[in-house]
Amino acid sequence: MNRLFDWLDHRTGYRSLVHEALHENVPGGSRWRYIWGSALTFGIFVQFITGLFLWMAYSPSAGSAWESVYYIQNEMTAGWLLRGIHHSMAQLMTVLLVLHFMQVVIDGAYKAPREINFWFGLGLLGVVLALSLTGYLLPWDQKGYWATRVATNIAGVTPLIGPWVQRILIGGPDYGHHTLTRFFALHAGWLPGLLVVLIAGHIYLFRKHGLTAAEPRRKADEPFWPDQVLKDAVASLAVMAAVLVMIFWPRISGAGGPLGADLSAPADPSELYSAARPEWYFLFLFQLLKYFPGESEVWGAIVLPGVGISILLAMPFLGRWRLGHRFNIVFLATGLAGAAALTLLAWRADRLSPEFQVARRMADREAERMMVLAGSPLGIPPSGGASLLRQDPFIQGPKLFAKHCSSCHRWGGEDGQGGIPRDPASAADLKGFATREWLAGLLDPARVATSNYFGGTKLSDGKMSRFVRKEVSRFTPAQREELTGVLAAISAEAGLRGQAKADRRDAALIARGREVIRTDSMRCTECHAFRKADEDASAPELTGYGSREWLIALVGDPAHARFYGKRNDRMPRFAADQVLDAESIGLVVDWLRGDWYEPGEPHARASH
Amino acid sequence: MAACCAAVAATAAAAVPVAAGLGVLTDPVRRHVGGGGFLKVATLAALPEDGTPRKFPVVATRVDAWSRSPGVPVGAVYLRRVQGARVEALNVSCPHAGCSVDFDADRHQFRCPCHDSLFGIDGGITDRRSPSARPLDALEVQVREGGEVWVRFQNFRAGTAQKIPIA
Ligand code: FES
Repeated sequence: MNRLFDWLDHRTGYRSLVHEALHENVPGGSRWRYIWGSALTFGIFVQFITGLFLWMAYSPSAGSAWESVYYIQNEMTAGWLLRGIHHSMAQLMTVLLVLHFMQVVIDGAYKAPREINFWFGLGLLGVVLALSLTGYLLPWDQKGYWATRVATNIAGVTPLIGPWVQRILIGGPDYGHHTLTRFFALHAGWLPGLLVVLIAGHIYLFRKHGLTAAEPRRKADEPFWPDQVLKDAVASLAVMAAVLVMIFWPRISGAGGPLGADLSAPADPSELYSAARPEWYFLFLFQLLKYFPGESEVWGAIVLPGVGISILLAMPFLGRWRLGHRFNIVFLATGLAGAAALTLLAWRADRLSPEFQVARRMADREAERMMVLAGSPLGIPPSGGASLLRQDPFIQGPKLFAKHCSSCHRWGGEDGQGGIPRDPASAADLKGFATREWLAGLLDPARVATSNYFGGTKLSDGKMSRFVRKEVSRFTPAQREELTGVLAAISAEAGLRGQAKADRRDAALIARGREVIRTDSMRCTECHAFRKADEDASAPELTGYGSREWLIALVGDPAHARFYGKRNDRMPRFAADQVLDAESIGLVVDWLRGDWYEPGEPHARASH
Repeated sequence: MAACCAAVAATAAAAVPVAAGLGVLTDPVRRHVGGGGFLKVATLAALPEDGTPRKFPVVATRVDAWSRSPGVPVGAVYLRRVQGARVEALNVSCPHAGCSVDFDADRHQFRCPCHDSLFGIDGGITDRRSPSARPLDALEVQVREGGEVWVRFQNFRAGTAQKIPIA
């Protein structure tokens, strides 16, 4: 064996290299406070490893970035773990770097002859921050997309060169494929390359000048190996353990939610994303912008940070003066305290803002839903994940309802999205429309004229309402039983998914109910048509009541003779007057009917 | 002499690939947005009579480098009836840094969820402390036959007091 090593050493001289690496003198012996450099190098090493493997599964284009990240996160073996490590390590590294930087400043380790190494270190800090800024966009989800818009627009206000810098960064007049290819090239090529150069320089210079020994020295000098190496290895292990704790935090804290790194809904420039926030360590800059009105923005966005960075760069020179070192420490402390205060202010503002909380909830809902849709057996179409969301009744239904219906109608007392509209309801509450319970309420003398049904409309005192209040209220027990059948029969016309089981079970009841309607013993067909053409019908048709086709036709043109005819109150003719296109009407109708894809179904219903 | 020649030769050799690379890098500066025509966004019937703004996606053919996707959302606008059949359109994108603004129906104003810029219902700046340097960007509107509302959709540079179209 030894002969083999001898042979190798003769050809390569590796022994002196190892010796050089491991036997560096540690003045005053190994100490825990010397671990930072190694812990950070370890962090960067982890980012390189995880990054390279992520790269093997990632596809940078507007039509495939989100999709490939989804696939890594949810389908590939240990994909969530790989993403989780890369993401959590990025966060932790930022913290470690800042701590390391503080240590360097406090120890005065920037003093001559170590100025250049100090600048290398600052450069490293900058590159790591740039890596996290570019990495934030790569999943091409709403979060990254909107945060990047803000970040690049801020780059755009830089005097003179701003607009060009911005355009070269985003790769065109608008955000798209080339924004991703450029950010990815920066994130995985240019910046890591620069990082390697800076680290090599940093370590070379560090070795050249030796450690800045912490005084007083407690022990005699020792070589790097083995005691300091052991401490460094333990520190690296601790870093890795911390990353794992971060990844599993949702389980450890019991908060629940997916493990790994989060992935919000796919980027969509037409979908408001009011929960847009940068990564937490940039929040202070984000908050800072709030205090610079109008064109003074450039002071908050460019000048102030620029001055701060210049002072950091000048620290080695400032440190030469008697008070300079003190100044540096005070400056750093103030800067960090200021950043911390701004971060807290930003958090507080968001916590106290009901709008932000709603936006956050909606964003979470969409993200969760996207996972369900993308995981359906139909999978993600070539047009990308965003189109799935655009065609999903579960997500679009409530939005459309809130926008176009909730000025009159309600859905469970709300506007469909959990808000309460300003004006009181003036048309029926449509939650559970056409279910047996809903119809039972309509046929309930105590409820028909309330705002949940006809209360707010001019039908409040119409024929139906009068019939329910005057006649149904006097029904005999036998008639009541008949009515139950009638309601079941009408409700069965809708063919609601949520009632499918009950409809099958009560086939006999439903058949009897149909008979009652047909024979007109309950006087339904005096006004309503049922199962046959009826020229004189003056109220909405009961054939197919509440079915998809029926509802689409009703929403499209409520003033059609088949529905309310001339007695239509204020309901817009959504299709006839081109208020909504056919797709949107279909989405609202599917949502009202509770008809959307649920996990575990054989096929997605999202696209009818 | 030899040193000088070596420097020239090396620089010349390296300049070729670097120049080609810079050409691609700066290509976006020479690219311009196409289109700029009017797009149909909504109909009058879809706009509340009381003048409440309503958000609509702007659907167009999106050209993104090598791909051309017809019928996809390229942005969004708030439309609002002014009197009778006159309509005003505002780009939803905040002139400060490009977040999309929300309409707050209770307070009758637009609010940006990012740095809290406030805008009146006509898009004007209502609070002097608003980070945005200019009002929301109004867009040209045409109300055509059958109550169709057409908008000339454009994006503008963020962070400037002047309204400079992104060309
Ligand atoms: S992006 Fe709207 S206030 Fe900053």
